[in-house]
Formats: sequence, C-alpha cells, structure tokens
Amino acid sequence: MKTITANRLDDGAVVWLSGAGWETSIAQAAVLSAPDAIDAGLQAAARAVANREVVEIAAIDVTLDQNRRPVPVRLRERIRAFGPTIPFASDAQQSLVA
Amino acid sequence: MYQYDEFDHAFVAARIAQFRDQVARRMSGELSEDEFKPLRLMNGVYLQLHAYMLRVAIPYGTLNAKQMRMLAHIARKWDKGYGHFTTRQNIQFNWPALTDIPDILEALASVEMHAIQTSGNCVRNVTTDHFAGVAADEIADPRAYAEILRQWSSLHPEFSFLPRKFKIAITGACEDRAAIQVHDIGLQLKRNADGETGFAVHVGGGQGRTPMVAKLLRDFLPERDLLSYVEAILRVYNFHGRRDNKYKARIKILVHETGIESLARDVEAEFGRLKQGPLALPQADIDAISAFFAAPDYRELPDETSLMQDADPLFRRWLRHNTHAHKRPGHAIVTVSLKPTGSAPGDATADQMETIADIAQQFSRGELRISHEQNVVLPHVEQRNLRKVYQLLDEAGLSTANAGLASDIIACPGLDYCALANARSIPVAQQLSQSLVTSGREERAGDIKIKISGCINACGHHHVGHIGILGVDRKGEEYYQLTLGGSADNNTAIGEIVGPGFSQGEIVGAVETVIDTYLDQRSSEQESFIETWRRIGQKPFREALYGPTA
Repeated sequence: MKTITANRLDDGAVVWLSGAGWETSIAQAAVLSAPDAIDAGLQAAARAVANREVVEIAAIDVTLDQNRRPVPVRLRERIRAFGPTIPFASDAQQSLVA
Repeated sequence: MYQYDEFDHAFVAARIAQFRDQVARRMSGELSEDEFKPLRLMNGVYLQLHAYMLRVAIPYGTLNAKQMRMLAHIARKWDKGYGHFTTRQNIQFNWPALTDIPDILEALASVEMHAIQTSGNCVRNVTTDHFAGVAADEIADPRAYAEILRQWSSLHPEFSFLPRKFKIAITGACEDRAAIQVHDIGLQLKRNADGETGFAVHVGGGQGRTPMVAKLLRDFLPERDLLSYVEAILRVYNFHGRRDNKYKARIKILVHETGIESLARDVEAEFGRLKQGPLALPQADIDAISAFFAAPDYRELPDETSLMQDADPLFRRWLRHNTHAHKRPGHAIVTVSLKPTGSAPGDATADQMETIADIAQQFSRGELRISHEQNVVLPHVEQRNLRKVYQLLDEAGLSTANAGLASDIIACPGLDYCALANARSIPVAQQLSQSLVTSGREERAGDIKIKISGCINACGHHHVGHIGILGVDRKGEEYYQLTLGGSADNNTAIGEIVGPGFSQGEIVGAVETVIDTYLDQRSSEQESFIETWRRIGQKPFREALYGPTA
C-alpha cells in the first residue's frame, strides 16, 4: 500500500494526495494498492508539480492503523507525517520555566 | 563590530531584490524547480523534511543585541517561536514559508545580516574562536581577518561554483577553540621571530564521510599575503579538485590524492603570480577593518576575589563552568548554555533570544557570540555583575552550569528535521544529558565532549567528539555507531570506531559504560577523559562495551 506525498511549493508544508486534492493530514490521504492506481496518483502529482502546487513528490509505503488510517512504514516518513518526535523549543521552554 | 558601509547595504539590498524576483518567477512558473533550486540554495534556503529551512549567516559568530532581537522577531513572526544555533556559528529557522523569505531577508538586512553563501559550493561563513577579542590567551583578534575574507569571498566570481563547499576557520589564541584542523583551510594567527603578525596555514581538514586532519601547508604567512595565498589555494583547488564524484570533491581528497608537497608546490607557484598584485593587503586596510573590532572602553577594575565564596552553590558551580578568563582584570567571558538538561542542543526560543539580547545590552557592551558548540557567549561582563547576570539567566531557564561538561552535547538536527539524516540526534542528546546529570556521572567525569551526528555528513562533529555518536539506518532501524578519542583542539584527532553499533534503546547505556570505564581507569581526578583515552587506548573501553573477548 502506498500514499502520494509532496511538499507544498509556497510554504513547504508536507501534503498528501487525496481524492479531493492535497491535504495536510495523512489521515486524509488516498491509500493506493493497485499499480495502476499508484501510477495514476503519481501522474496527478506530476500535474500538480507542473501547476506549481507542490514539489518533491514521492509514493511511500504505508500500513493501516487500527482505525484504518495510513501510517508510513519508514521512520523518516512517519516523522514527516506526524512532525518532529521532540517538542518545539518554544513549547519545551514553557515547561522548563513553569 | 563590523558595520556595513554604503556598498554593503547596496550589495545586500540588490541581492534581496534579486531573490524576491526569483521567488516571484518561481511562483509564476517562469522558473522551474530545477532552475530555482540552486538559486534558493545560494540564499540559504533548503527544503527539509517538514518545510523550508532558512540558514542565516552570523559572520564569525559575532552579533550584537539588536541583531539578536531581530532573530527573535523573525522566529516569532515567520517561524514557530524558536531558532537553532548551529555548529557553523549560524542560525537556522525550520519553518518559514518560501513566499515570506524575501521579507525575512529584508528584516535581516535592516540589522546588517543576510543568508548569502550559507549553502552552495562556495566559501561559507568563516568561523572563528567564540572568545575572539577577549580571550586571555589570544595573540591577535582573528575577526578582522575573517571579515577581510568574508568581503573577498562574497559572490567571488571565480569561486562561486567550486567543486564542493569550502570552509575556513581562524583562531588567534594559543588554545584552538575553533577546530581549525577539521576545516578546508585552518588559519592560526602567530608572530614570527621579528614580531610580525601572520598565519600558520593548514589545509585539507574536514569531517563528513572521509574525516581528515588538516596538514600544515605553510608555517608562516605574513598577514599582507592572506588574500593572495588563500586565493592561490582556492585557484589550485578549483582547477584540480574532483568534480566527477561529490564525495571526493572536497580539498581534503585533493590533498590526500596529490600529497601535501605537490599541492604546496602548485599553491606556491600560483601565490608567486598573485602576491604582488591587487590582493596584497595594505596595512592601512588591515588597520581600518581591525578598528571595527577595537576593544570597548573597559573600566579599570580589580579582579573580584570573593565570588567563589558566594553562599549559593549553584552560582558557584555556574561560575566554575560557565565563566572563562578574560584578557582584562575584573572582567569575565560568560557562556550561556543552550543545553539545559533534556533539551534540544542549540535551540533558543524567541523569548530567550530577547532575554540574552537584553542582558548583553546591559552587561556585555551589547555584544554576543555564537560558539560552534551551539552556545551563546557574553564576551564583556564585569565580574562585579556576574551575580546579576546569573540571576537574569536563571529566570529565563538559561543558567545551566554545564559548559564543557558531558551534557554540553553538540547535536545536529538529525532525522527530526533534516532531509539527509538517517537517524535522530536530538532525542539521543536529550536522553543522554538527562541520564548523565541524574546519575551524577556528569559531575564526576568533568570535561568530556560528546558529539552526535544523524548521518555521515557529520554536522554534529561526531568524528572529533571525545565520545562521538553517528546515527545510521540499519534495515529501517536507527542504530548508533560509537567513536572514541576524537578531539578538535590543538591535538586534533579523528575518533576510532570502537565496535558494532547500538540500538536506540542501547546507546545511552553504552555511553554510560564508556564514562564508567574512564572513571575506573583514570589515574587521578585530574586526568581528563581524553588524557585517559590517550594513555590506555581503546581496549579497556571495548572490553567494557562488548565483553573481554571482544
């Protein structure tokens, strides 16, 4: 199973291809299994690159969690999907000085 | 500090206008991503895991309070309220929108800062001793020469497309705090028998996947010949450096493949052609730039002798570890640790940046430094004000008394941010510092430099850590390779791989084992980790980690 991911051109945000376009949550991503569906997804992504919506497209391996939502297989992609595994310094600082 | 003249202002303004136009042309489709990418990189803009990243130059690690406040403003307005100070004495913002970056660059320009040449195959930010100008052991302030090199190298037409990036470091002190021997060119200020100022020139050092200690290319280069000689080195490198393989393109590989004697002959021949030309530095020019770095008008003060009798043990500990000998009596250099226990090394919030700027304004002549060890330095603090400075830092969560200790860990952003990383660095640093502090090992072990990189590019300087940790990807799992015995001081050495790597769950325990072995084996409490390592070698550490048959 795969999903199609990219970074949005204007702000660099990580986005995921759904049936309705590009989403910022992987929970909304289309999960593609058939080779034809993956090819079609990549072609749609390539058109989005040409239309200057996104850059750096990739089809990545995912599994499904207990709620049937996609979760990337590789740690790198999980961090891309869910953010750094550490709190932002601005959040961490609040707890340090509190 | 150096101050922009009309040329500098116009130069940076023109560059911003150019980049604003390039961003607009990218958004309109006039430029493709392939066309745009090298242009954004030349302005310090990367695309990382989560977003664009903007790397801002802090020339030779020196900035003033106004500039620090602007960094805080940028963090708050265009980022997520924090920034990351790097091992290149720069700062990185992890979350800016591409379309905001021209405005960010304008904000930076308003305080005489920019992001030019913080990426790309060009001469990068020249780094130097973070105690430059104030260290008690200094021969001369290296920042004037760093500034001369910065002006010479900025958009240098011949050296904007080198085989690979090029890093120059300068130290003016007896003790090398700038890691000059792991740079493409390392310059050591010195005086010859006649009392003339010049440089020992080292070349071909570097880390990355092929770590090498620089070799001495010239024992004494007169200061007037600085640009002629560095240009000669760059010209030889630009001509002979490999372009067929990016992993073999740094000058260290050229030095290794051709030999230092052959390279020296080529450089000297080129230098012979250049040295009488326009690059020869008139003393008046050196003096004019040096004047920007003149010492402030210090008050005549006696050394405070009662500080270490203060009733507060935490203050005494901070004095012991985070203050350093100043060239003037009655003054101290203060290291503001950006490594609170369990935190992300080098990160500072906008609030903290403003607090540090305020303290610098009030107590350090408005001046600050960023160290390659990812801390902030207040260079001009009167000893009689140290108690107040400590209290203000403490209120902001910035009084961690660990400069030079095991929890003063260098770490790259790693897989939490970096598109090149194979493993996370920051969580390892956080767990390690927490463990070393709570177990009391930090207190017992004294000065140990732990450095962590999330990939072989070695931004976390693991090769020269007394204890180095390299994150690798082994079949989808994070593993950490341990190196021991590295150092980046006057006795620079590349650490030795000690054995098979450790899992994410094992690496903290492995480092603790190494430190326990040191504590068992040291000849006295005065023998540092690196001294013990050099005396007893790898075997006791390896056996402690892997068993007696290892």
